[in-house]
Amino acid sequence: MSANKRGAWRGGAALATQADPSRPRLTTSAMIASLASEGQRTSPAPFGHALVELGRSRPDILGMTADLAKYTDLHIFAKEYPDRFYQMGMAEQLLMLSAAGLAHEGFVPFVTTYAAFASRRTFDFISQGIAEEGLNVKICCALPGLTTGYGPSHQATEDIAIFRGMPDLVIVDPCDALDIAQAVPAIAAHDGPVYMRLLRGNVPLVLDEYDYRFELGKAKLLRDGADVLVISSGFMTMRALETAQLLEEDRVGVAVLHVPTIKPLDTAAILREAGRSGRMVVVAENHTLIGGLGEAVAALLLREGVVPPRFRQVALPDAFLDAGALPTLHDRYGISARAMARSIKGWL
Amino acid sequence: MEAQTLTRANALSLDERAYHIRRKALRMGQVQGQGYIAQALGVADVLSVAYFHALRYRPEDPYWEGRDRFLLSIGHYAIALYAALIEAGVIPEAELETYGTDDSRLPMSGMASYTPGMEISGGTLGIGLGIAVGMALGLRRKASDRFVYNLMSDGELDEGPTWEAAMSAGHWKLGNLICLVDVNRMQADGVSTGVLNFEPLAPKWEAFGWHVQRVDGNDIPALVRAFDTARSLTAPKPRVILCDTRMAKGVPFLEAREKSHFLRVESHEWALALAALDEGRTA
Repeated sequence: MSANKRGAWRGGAALATQADPSRPRLTTSAMIASLASEGQRTSPAPFGHALVELGRSRPDILGMTADLAKYTDLHIFAKEYPDRFYQMGMAEQLLMLSAAGLAHEGFVPFVTTYAAFASRRTFDFISQGIAEEGLNVKICCALPGLTTGYGPSHQATEDIAIFRGMPDLVIVDPCDALDIAQAVPAIAAHDGPVYMRLLRGNVPLVLDEYDYRFELGKAKLLRDGADVLVISSGFMTMRALETAQLLEEDRVGVAVLHVPTIKPLDTAAILREAGRSGRMVVVAENHTLIGGLGEAVAALLLREGVVPPRFRQVALPDAFLDAGALPTLHDRYGISARAMARSIKGWL
Repeated sequence: MEAQTLTRANALSLDERAYHIRRKALRMGQVQGQGYIAQALGVADVLSVAYFHALRYRPEDPYWEGRDRFLLSIGHYAIALYAALIEAGVIPEAELETYGTDDSRLPMSGMASYTPGMEISGGTLGIGLGIAVGMALGLRRKASDRFVYNLMSDGELDEGPTWEAAMSAGHWKLGNLICLVDVNRMQADGVSTGVLNFEPLAPKWEAFGWHVQRVDGNDIPALVRAFDTARSLTAPKPRVILCDTRMAKGVPFLEAREKSHFLRVESHEWALALAALDEGRTA
């Protein structure tokens, strides 16, 4: 990991090898790169379409953003219901406070921005303006964890760590297009504040191949396996399923427990699966290894005296991450399926 | 809405109310032995005009949909608002004795979850005006003709979110939003303009698209005129009343104290302060 020390410029490797045509380097893509691998099925703007659908039966649903409608798929809602859409300008603190005001008046605002801004910039206003009063605001944020190559300004690698400490805030980290589409009405039905991580654009579609339905607060076992239990959230569940397939070739049985609700945690499901003896437990998340799902699960197991033979985390390092192309970065930080399979094999 | 005309009778009545608010605040300070009493005494006239001239509310039904919303952004001014809410009959007078004690509905910092009539949890300064923008948008959605009032302090002018909200209110032309700024020129570390100079104040708000009035916030007839103007204006713009107030107004020996953000009052001085207040009223 390169340190941020004065004069020690990061990224020097590209210059050193620029004359070597045999090693072409990937380039950072547009702000929001698709997470879909080549040939993978996707669904366009699942959040925007689900919110439009929900809006048909719920006139109290509003859409609000801070100059990021297009980048959070909220523009689809805005187009369908222009009079229910509030463009609040690039003013995230105001965005949260005005959403609180509308919630005070009985409306249910779905608020969008980037996860980095919601978590780092507006924490106090969510805490004291929204959560302390138990207001019905749904904060849905794009670019969670490492889903952009723009660098630390936009990489919300610590958003869950930041939000987990906030009382009464429900935290949702959906895996794919199906998860998002089903989570939207579920979080609207919950009476209270919610933070949901958002994937936007052409979002991979994976979970329709499983006997799965999103339920707020519930973890779901997507596949079973005798050797390793992966407990995962967000798109790392998709990666875990790919990893499980890769490890099948090595005759390693991998179970995948998808935990789309980080808070409140489905402790019963986690204890049940982790308590099945003999399996290594790996917690995989698109988040720093500090303060996220991994530490939540570790604390739970320790508290309850459930001790798996091994406990490991597939997570982002505690660092300001590099800028670059997402596939490069996911490999570099160990959250691609290939890197994850390699890690697990090494731990077995 | 018709502007209410000022009569000598209701001016006197508002004066009486202000005196009662000051007295109740001092009694709460006496119970707790401390408190933001200088602010409470300074803002009492503004609260008197708000609660006994301008606001529409039902004391027995704090969530009445037809009420004007009154947001206390400055949570530490709770002692003043409790006094006004007791005077208005929203909170029973007996509760005054519980101010700031364990398990009281009247905590030191105002919170919506504790107190009838407290619309929001203020205290993290700079929070009120943004919420007021959302409420004003919400009332507009409901085609309500009620107002949202936000009471803030000049110290909150230091906070960035205040100006995000001010710009937004201008943008949305929120004619149903009335902001009251208590300009007492004192904050935690000293004189406000020395901590961070917010002057020239009126042109700032005007530039953000607001209708601006600056009044002596301890002059009740002037406040009544300002509230009436703010409520009856037809221009589709938010309204701000900059109220220049005097810290500890009504208790001369406290007014004279220099460091008055969190005024230190010795235990024997509360009774002296009440006596001084009473004396000023009869003088």
